[in-house]
Amino acid sequence: MSDATLAPAGISARQRIGQLGPLIALILLVILGAVSSDTFLTSENVLNVLTRSSIIGIIAIGATFVITARGLDLSVGAMAALVAGLGIMGMNWLLAYMSPMAALVTGMTLALLIGMLAGLVNGSLVVFARIEAFIVTLGTMGIMRSLVTWMSDGGSISLDFALRDVGRGLYYGAVLGIPVPVIIFAVLAALGEFVMTRMRFGRHVTAIGSNPDVSRYSAIPVNGVRLATYVLQGACVGLATLIYVPRLGAVTPSTGILWELEAIAAVIIGGTALAGGYGRVWGTVVGVLILGLVANILNLTSYFSPHLNGAFQGTIIVIAVLLQRRRGNT
Amino acid sequence: MQHSASGSGLEIRGVTHFYGPNRVLAGIDLGVRPGEVVALAGENGAGKSTLMRIIGGYQAPGSGTVHWQGAAVPADLHRTESMGITLVHQEFALIPDMNVAENIHLGREPGRFGVVDRRKMRDQAAAALRLLRSAIHPEAQMRDLPVASWQVVELAKAFGTAPGLLLMDEPTAVLGREETAALFDRIRAFRAAGGAVIFTSHRLDEVREIADRVTVLRDGLITMDRPTAEVSEHDIATAMVGREMSDLFVPRVAPAAAAPVLEVTGLNVPREIGAPVKDAGFALHPGEILGVAGLVGSGRTEMFEGLVGLRPAQAARFTLRGETRPLPRSREAWAKGIAYLTEDRKSRGLLLEASQILNADLTLGALSGGPLLDPGGERARYAKARETFDIRSANPLIPAGRLSGGNQQKLLLAKTLASNPGIVILDEPTRGVDIGAKAQIYRLIASLAAEGRAVVVISSELPELIGLAHRIIVMDRGSIAGVIRQPETGQVTEAEILRLGLGLTPASEKEIPA
Repeated sequence: MSDATLAPAGISARQRIGQLGPLIALILLVILGAVSSDTFLTSENVLNVLTRSSIIGIIAIGATFVITARGLDLSVGAMAALVAGLGIMGMNWLLAYMSPMAALVTGMTLALLIGMLAGLVNGSLVVFARIEAFIVTLGTMGIMRSLVTWMSDGGSISLDFALRDVGRGLYYGAVLGIPVPVIIFAVLAALGEFVMTRMRFGRHVTAIGSNPDVSRYSAIPVNGVRLATYVLQGACVGLATLIYVPRLGAVTPSTGILWELEAIAAVIIGGTALAGGYGRVWGTVVGVLILGLVANILNLTSYFSPHLNGAFQGTIIVIAVLLQRRRGNT
Repeated sequence: MQHSASGSGLEIRGVTHFYGPNRVLAGIDLGVRPGEVVALAGENGAGKSTLMRIIGGYQAPGSGTVHWQGAAVPADLHRTESMGITLVHQEFALIPDMNVAENIHLGREPGRFGVVDRRKMRDQAAAALRLLRSAIHPEAQMRDLPVASWQVVELAKAFGTAPGLLLMDEPTAVLGREETAALFDRIRAFRAAGGAVIFTSHRLDEVREIADRVTVLRDGLITMDRPTAEVSEHDIATAMVGREMSDLFVPRVAPAAAAPVLEVTGLNVPREIGAPVKDAGFALHPGEILGVAGLVGSGRTEMFEGLVGLRPAQAARFTLRGETRPLPRSREAWAKGIAYLTEDRKSRGLLLEASQILNADLTLGALSGGPLLDPGGERARYAKARETFDIRSANPLIPAGRLSGGNQQKLLLAKTLASNPGIVILDEPTRGVDIGAKAQIYRLIASLAAEGRAVVVISSELPELIGLAHRIIVMDRGSIAGVIRQPETGQVTEAEILRLGLGLTPASEKEIPA
């Protein structure tokens, strides 16, 4: 949990507490959950929350890099649906030529590449065509969403049953009792944290978000790095769909709707600055878990209707941004 | 000092102002009578704009008083305007999506019951523009007009408020000769009608032409306040610069004769505002310090930013270490050993919230660092740089933005020079730096040249260029107006540079760039 890259010395105790705010909130939520429900702390429930959080979590790790570099990607939900749809269609088609396992692996590789390609398109429009990231990804979101609707003809694109049996393990399997999605999420989070704090790429992402002009005048390859964040985001979306597809085995026009907002919310709750220049992957993980736990606690307890989940999540987002602004002012 | 009779005209008493710890104005006393035109001269940062803003009601003075026609001037824009004081900024306060007439009447549209009388507005605007001998159509869209027209509209708008005191900050900076002459005639008419004017200008010929009195500010103090008729441009320049700088510099060492390391001809750099850099050419030699003088806006910075790929530019011919090639892109220039230190330390030079260590290593890391960060190496390099550049700070993790100006500048130098470049371009290397740090930076620049590097120093401070440079390029409105070589004995004088840079020398006297 080191912020070695850009967090300098000389910050006040209050700011330090502010930086740990999301973690404190998470601990409070865990205590609240444990007090209010007997089943909350069972390993089954905990693993369930983690597994459900991992898809958004993997996407949010990519979003952490995009946002830290002062970018934004609203298209991730639609992108996930499109990548999953194309992946399923590819795998079904490949099944005629190879074994289900080979088709699955080839199709997954394909999905990952499609995700990166979609990210490359987003990034190129932002970096080279110099269009606002908000506009670009709003546009590609609409395009990709409608492609999914068109491809599925308004219905669903389903994975062949032969593939379902082979792929099941990716979502429902476990290693040493830990579900596969959780392992992928954890490994990716650790990698992301390492890239952000220990690698030159992470420093350049942070520097660009902090001040693009200073970065340009400092010989940092600004365009290349910004482009790379969008490609990275695409790769994360591709990876997330690898888990998603075996889970439901189908894609519909409503797959992945509002995922972009959940991912962005997790990033912001985790303490990454929406204006860029400061990002932390571990914070994003905490943010994802906070969102997941709120939903879980509402489901387990009867104080509030689970239908109020969105209201609680929204409140948390607003509070997180308020706290962030205070940090910026001091 | 000539003070007006109490209760008439402008009366400034003991105005002092601080920005943070920096004293910008130090007890200014100034009076301006109705029917008087006062030119406010001074170097950048002397406090001219702050004084104008205080008189114009944009800002309350830290201490001291400002009275106009016997009444205290409030720090409230609308109330000062209703008192008859109007300030024309260097930045335009015009709306691109409105037409000229609408802009001229912004906030005081003619009409009744909230219904705008468009015909009256158009006719009044046309009349106001006629007084400035301008051919701008009152119904032209603002965004379609060139920058000089914006200035003319801004001036028409200002005269249209029927002010008693008109404040103008660099009104002629973007105007052509004809427009300037028309403005001066308008000012003369305004003066004859009893109006008072305070204006700033870098062009001393204009000051002499239109001003009744010249007031020179230096470091927040008035160093001269005399009738224009009694002073020469040399007097004004001396009062502007004024300090003894000779012991700040190490003696110049003539560079050994060597082939140029960089040559460029026909360099063109387009610009958004102001005259583009046209057909510039020069050569850089190892061991030589090339000074670049010229007014702010003359294209000095743009010329070199174009050369190092930081903005679009074309050159007829570019030769680097004997190899003729296209102009480099920005990272290419760095990789080829050309370093550029920006004049804009705070928004282009340093990541103000990041640690000093990170800043110092940013460029080197981007150029030759591996994919993994190397915290140990960074600390070691920083420790060395801190000694070399004498960066004074208790803790290298303190954010760069919390350092003093001088230490920030030394950190920026350390960052820029970390990759050991052979060609070093320094844009305003001592901006906002105190005198002690200045002397250190001068010694550093001299040693860079002594080590055989080609050094360029772009500066607004003429003593700095005279004390450091072997040759001085003088820029004027996008073109190289001339090149001055330091004499064998003695030094170039400021007057020689000012003559070239202020457009006073006939073209025939200009030396062909070497």
